[in-house]
Amino acid sequence: MRHDLVLEIPSDPAAIQNAVDLVVRRCDGSDYCRRKLELNFRVGLTEALANAVLYGSEKDPSKRIRLEIIFLAKRIEARVTDQGPGFDPCTVPDPTTPENIERPGGRGLFLMRELMDEVHFNEIGNSVTLVLHLEPPAQLDDVASA
Amino acid sequence: MGFTVSNQGDVTVVDVDGQLIVGNRQELKQRVLDDLAGGARKFVIDFSETGYIDSSGLGVLVSLSKKIREKGGELRLSSLNEDLRTLFELTKLDTLFRIADDKAAALEGF
Repeated sequence: MRHDLVLEIPSDPAAIQNAVDLVVRRCDGSDYCRRKLELNFRVGLTEALANAVLYGSEKDPSKRIRLEIIFLAKRIEARVTDQGPGFDPCTVPDPTTPENIERPGGRGLFLMRELMDEVHFNEIGNSVTLVLHLEPPAQLDDVASA
Repeated sequence: MGFTVSNQGDVTVVDVDGQLIVGNRQELKQRVLDDLAGGARKFVIDFSETGYIDSSGLGVLVSLSKKIREKGGELRLSSLNEDLRTLFELTKLDTLFRIADDKAAALEGF
């Protein structure tokens, strides 16, 4: 069964947590899903929205952030789109290397990639789609007996 | 969401209540920097009442740690829950900070 949710939030850091809380509350699932929702999805979505507010819209309150959620039986897709010029995600350095670890920024995109199952940007980089799988990965025994 | 600051001997202890996120990170940063400017050199930030730290909150901790070290001091962290510890491990910040299981352990020998 499929549900959709579309939100437009102001480019205001204070709006981020309310939007994330609303989306997570709409998600149902098993204990496995709950852990992924409360950590992976919550962090990934928060970071995507924070990037949109801080860098995409540069905290300009006249700009809006569009959040589109698709709930599917085995996955959740969240698309975050800002009204900024976009950026090239390939230019963001790995924040875990010794030369970068003391830099204050760059961890948002890293956390999205680490915690979500898929992360896709549009061509200009002002829209990111996060995908979270809601089923445990298949065990080797299951694959062998399939 | 807020901060409680207290002193245990010459150690400044900051308890973070709620979340350390983009919306309140500057408040924490400024408070610690004010104490640093006032002569404090030993800091413990305790997260026993903290549900979440976002990447900008992590960035503030990195920035504060560097500034405190430049003044000859040290910042220790304590009481990270399982999710927070996962974030520190993923970002390898567990290698940058001394992280204690609880506040008492952080204060021990400081």
